[in-house]
Amino acid sequence: MNLFSDRKYVISTIFITLVVLYLIRLFYIQVINDKYKLAADDNALRHKIEYPERGVIYDRNGKILVYNEAAYDLMVIPKRVKTIDTLDLCNMLQITKEAFIQKLTKLKKQKFSSFRPEVFEGEISLETYATLQEKLYKFPGFFVQARTLRKYPMRIAPHALGYVGEVDEKLISSNPYYRMGDNMGLSGVEKAYEIPLRGQRGVKIVMVDVYNREKGSFEGGKYDTASVLGRSLTSSIDADLQAYGEKLMQNKVGAIVAIEPSSGEILSMVSAPTYDPNLLVGRNKKKNYPKMALDTLKPLYNRATMAKYPPGSTFKLVNALIGLHEGVINENTLFSCSRGFHFGGLTVGCHPHASPVNLKFSITTSCNSYYCNTFKNILQKYPKTAIGFNVWRNHVMSFGLGQKFPTDLPQESSGNVPTVKYYDKYHGSGRWNAITVISLAIGQGEMGVTPLQMANFCSVIANRGWFYPPHVIKEVDGGKIDSNLRTKHYTKIEREYFDMVVDGMRNVITNGTGRIAQLDSLEICGKTGTAQNPHGKDHSIFIAFAPMDKPKIAIAVYVENAGFGATWAAPIASLMMEKYLRREVKRPEMETRIFEANLLPKKEDWISKK
Amino acid sequence: MANRNNEGVLQNIDWVLVTLYLVMVTMGWFNIYAAVYNEEYKNIFDTTQSYGMQLVWILTSLFIAFVILVIDGEFFPRFAWPVYGAFVLLLIAVIFVGAEVKGSKSWIGVGAFRVQPAEFAKFATNLALAKFLSNINIKIEKLSTKLIASALFAVPALIIILQNETGSALVYAAFVLVLFREGLSGNILIFGVAMVILFILALLVDETILSIILFCIAAASFIFVRLKLSNLVITGSILLASLAFIHSVDYAFVNILEPHQKKRINVLLGKEVDPKGAGYNVNQSMIAIGSGGLIGKGYLKGTQTKYNYVPEQSTDFIFCTVGEEWGFVGSVVVLGLFVVLLLRIIYLAERQRSTFSRIYGYGLASIIFVHIAINIGMTIGLAPVVGIPLPFFSYGGSSLWSFTILTFIFVRLDAYRFQILR
Repeated sequence: MNLFSDRKYVISTIFITLVVLYLIRLFYIQVINDKYKLAADDNALRHKIEYPERGVIYDRNGKILVYNEAAYDLMVIPKRVKTIDTLDLCNMLQITKEAFIQKLTKLKKQKFSSFRPEVFEGEISLETYATLQEKLYKFPGFFVQARTLRKYPMRIAPHALGYVGEVDEKLISSNPYYRMGDNMGLSGVEKAYEIPLRGQRGVKIVMVDVYNREKGSFEGGKYDTASVLGRSLTSSIDADLQAYGEKLMQNKVGAIVAIEPSSGEILSMVSAPTYDPNLLVGRNKKKNYPKMALDTLKPLYNRATMAKYPPGSTFKLVNALIGLHEGVINENTLFSCSRGFHFGGLTVGCHPHASPVNLKFSITTSCNSYYCNTFKNILQKYPKTAIGFNVWRNHVMSFGLGQKFPTDLPQESSGNVPTVKYYDKYHGSGRWNAITVISLAIGQGEMGVTPLQMANFCSVIANRGWFYPPHVIKEVDGGKIDSNLRTKHYTKIEREYFDMVVDGMRNVITNGTGRIAQLDSLEICGKTGTAQNPHGKDHSIFIAFAPMDKPKIAIAVYVENAGFGATWAAPIASLMMEKYLRREVKRPEMETRIFEANLLPKKEDWISKK
Repeated sequence: MANRNNEGVLQNIDWVLVTLYLVMVTMGWFNIYAAVYNEEYKNIFDTTQSYGMQLVWILTSLFIAFVILVIDGEFFPRFAWPVYGAFVLLLIAVIFVGAEVKGSKSWIGVGAFRVQPAEFAKFATNLALAKFLSNINIKIEKLSTKLIASALFAVPALIIILQNETGSALVYAAFVLVLFREGLSGNILIFGVAMVILFILALLVDETILSIILFCIAAASFIFVRLKLSNLVITGSILLASLAFIHSVDYAFVNILEPHQKKRINVLLGKEVDPKGAGYNVNQSMIAIGSGGLIGKGYLKGTQTKYNYVPEQSTDFIFCTVGEEWGFVGSVVVLGLFVVLLLRIIYLAERQRSTFSRIYGYGLASIIFVHIAINIGMTIGLAPVVGIPLPFFSYGGSSLWSFTILTFIFVRLDAYRFQILR
């Protein structure tokens, strides 16, 4: 019988062989190949991001400049949408049925999973949210997701605070922190302090089933990270002063920067025309940004830190200090002025005043001839113009001009203090001298200074020789700011020379060109400036600080195409100082004159210029 | 020998086999619990859930096993034909009165329960084949014997195909191994393997190119082996048969197979990538198993099976739970247990004095083997997705009862072996 008994071995071998083959395959997919582990995580784990609230920004007195307000997005999971009362939902959202269907079809068609939640209608109003919330159970697939939007209760300081917006693809590829749809600070403080303000995003890993339903946290939350709240900032800006400055600058083009000299803290930074920062939040931004970007008056442009203006006569103060330090003038040096400075065929005109002129009077009356002589002497003190020019230039730079500050304001222009190289290229090496560049003596020509730099050099004079880099944030969550902003910068000029110049600036207010800025017993020191403008009417400039001996505020005011410095800029600066130091303005006539003045360029002017 | 009677059946049964059975059924139960694990229904005895029901199936199976063990050993060879006849008739009846489940008409309702006669036809067929081949006058060499033997399992297989249960029908190919053990030429296995290879090649390679390659192989083997006329005839006819086969495969593939079957085959062969459609099951199943790693994610911690990424996870794809939660170690244990089981059955079959018992034993081993090969093969992408359960593990009353009956008839026959004289 049992003839083929040996065949049990063949059959056993077949059984064993197949099992061994399967085990090899299993070893490969289970132990060697990682692909399946990743795919499994991809299937079942969802990284839920928890966005912390962005930090609040306070002004120097604790008033809120920016906080967060809840906003509601109507979300949809296309695949979950069932037959619903479309009309009811459309009425609530105030859209047509066609638009609704079109939107839903579009979301359903995209290449991503239709189980992924998508924004159906962003930022629905609070009223819509309230009515919708009650009826939401009737619309399977739809749900409301809360998030936050920036809110500016005082509607001020848009240029300093900056705005928040969605990250772009370029940033996502270079910075792994950000993902599609994330918001970040795009300008101003929001940009400079992005990291402390945003806090730390938390990630919660949840398990989901095949229908994308959440099934609890993964491994008891072992790999979850808690979100860290954004840190609050205290700005150095005085909200009341800022609001007042913005009101003074209404219907004008220009800028105001006020600094606390002892700390470098910016008290106010106005760029006119300004705008309500709430206009650039959330869906408002989409609507308003293009309009504002195309506005010929450039409201988005931060003139306070970016506009390069000639400093005009205010720059004479710097030249006086350099002249004193270099020893080419002293307190009693006299220069004559016969309606200007004459050299060969060149004349730099001056207004009629008594002659000869000493230092104090030159500041009081803003004599052009005095400074042309001083500047010429500084450069001619050295054997070569280029050497003299570089000495002069280094002094100028030590006032914080011609360079960017290590500040916390991201959009900043360095201004312009021309170089030897520039003139060599323009005129030819050795083919220019002090007379060629004499307009620098009175702050014209190639000189370009931002209002921030102007306020800062006023602050340098107020401090008698030093400054802290100007900044708008004084505390981060009660802690100190960057050490760069707490480092003093010195000029090489001796304190006694500053006192002489300050004396002159005081006289400007009491007896000189800036008498209009006088405010009873307050010892204001100032200097007017009127910058020639090839495009139109002169710019009106004024810098000042007060009180004379213990300066609490240094200010620069620049009003474009407004005429003499004394006419507009000086009263604005004076009112600002009154507001800041007295908290109350008691000169209603002056105030009203400024509030009501409309110095905007007329439409036809703009058109003819193009 | 004191225990050569019915009273001593418990002493004479092979406890190794019974223990293996109990271990696997228990493992199956726990894995079903893990596969459909639901926080809300944590009670493993809850009969509203499939793991609770599986316990019911296990307990009833044990009762069935007990009944089989107390039946007289002589009963099975004697009633092999009537049982076979009854099941063939039942299979035919199902086509007309059966309930349709997922496109196949293979279920009949008995009260609240539904059973799948195709599952039970396996043991009936096994009995009939053993009965037929154990006849003293049977010579396997005779063509008529081969034809009748083949018909015995081909007939139920064909009826099952008519029920649209192609997967279950495939299992009946297992009986070829039985015929081989009983003396069928080994060429049948080589022939079978060659058919499979040609089948795959026919689908992967262009027909003309494949024909040329086959012709070259034939010519080469004829020239290099022996230049004899008889060899030429043999080689030539093999070549012609192969060419006809590949042509018919192409024809059958294009004209006969249903679109979903074509797709499944294409996905298996790697000709088509379709992770969301036809390839979804296999893709998800491999993800579940592959993510288990060496030692697995731990019991009840498999995310893929627990959260329903793998379809049919408690029935056809139960091996995914093993692979995901117990890792490669678990795979080795389960496949190892199956190998031990198969080899134990062969060992037991070989010690039978009765040809009937031996053939039945081989039939049992072969059926279990084919189930393992196809079921685990499909979960790891090595076999087409056809819905057949993993013996003792998969959820389902019909399947568990069927394998219990199959196994315990053999246990009973083995315990009865001393009473057989020849």
